Amino acid sequence: MSMMKRISMIFRAKANKALDRAEDPRETLDYSYQRQVEMLTKVRRGVADVATSRKRVELQMNQLQAQSDKLTAQAEKALGMGREDLAREALTRKSGLQTQVNDLTVQHAQLQGEEEKLTLASQRLQAKVEAFRTRKETIKATYTAAEAQTRINEAFSGISEEMGDVGMAIQRAEDKTQQMQARAGAIDELIASGALDDATSLSAGDDITRELEAMSSNADVEAELAALKGATGAPAIESSTPPAAEPAAQAEKEEQS
Amino acid sequence: MIVRILGEGQFEVADAELDRLNELDAAVEAEVDAGNEDAFRARLAELLDGVRDVGAPLADDALEDSDLILPPADASLEEVREMLADDGLIPG
Repeated sequence: MSMMKRISMIFRAKANKALDRAEDPRETLDYSYQRQVEMLTKVRRGVADVATSRKRVELQMNQLQAQSDKLTAQAEKALGMGREDLAREALTRKSGLQTQVNDLTVQHAQLQGEEEKLTLASQRLQAKVEAFRTRKETIKATYTAAEAQTRINEAFSGISEEMGDVGMAIQRAEDKTQQMQARAGAIDELIASGALDDATSLSAGDDITRELEAMSSNADVEAELAALKGATGAPAIESSTPPAAEPAAQAEKEEQS
Repeated sequence: MIVRILGEGQFEVADAELDRLNELDAAVEAEVDAGNEDAFRARLAELLDGVRDVGAPLADDALEDSDLILPPADASLEEVREMLADDGLIPG
């Protein structure tokens, strides 16, 4: 029982310490109720914050996915023109993007989980705050200050524990969201820079190209290249073929049958 | 007996189930001491599943103290250590 017992004791001690006791115990009731309502506002704001982060991740996933689709189309086209070097470049970039999309998918699931948890926490707290309010009014109407103490302690016990729990849930959600904000910011910059826009228009060798290439998986690229070749029926090109220097637009006009 | 899983809610658990939960709890604690993150998470999941299996969720508007309080399902080993060390994980 030791771990459960120890955590229970520590948690309860903290939750009780958070309660300020007024001279007239009945005043403590009103004061505590105020704090409960504040906590309810806080947890609702927490839900909204997490939802905002989730939507941002969704937007990024959509943008990256669209970019990824575009690169696939470019690779197909390049292969159709016999430009395996360009196709490989596009697929390399796509592979790098896919790593980001996978990462975002995990983040999205985490944020969704946090959102759900906080929503439920907010519902539980609301039900408890309402129950507390009813009990508070009964106590104030029925008992003298001296008599009220026992009833008040009973009413406090459950709610203070819930407040501690909800406070902790909000803190955890904030921490997780903050960790993701920094990464989301980096992806926004990558998207805004236009670096992901077009494999054929990019100067190879810049920072972003290197970054994307570092993220990409060679095996993925080669496998997809092979699959594309199979699909388009393009002739296999020896990898020793020197990359053609002319821009893709020009090659495009030289239609192959 | 009322058991709270932090971040999840309270469960009413029959006293007869306590022995089984104690076993699961001891297994979690052993991994906390051993510092084995993966094993810790697996044992914690078993303990929490144990509570969910045998326990009935308490009504949302119940104002009851818990007899036992357990870490949240996604708690890391480090977080549980902090909780046990009274290191301010729970906002005052």
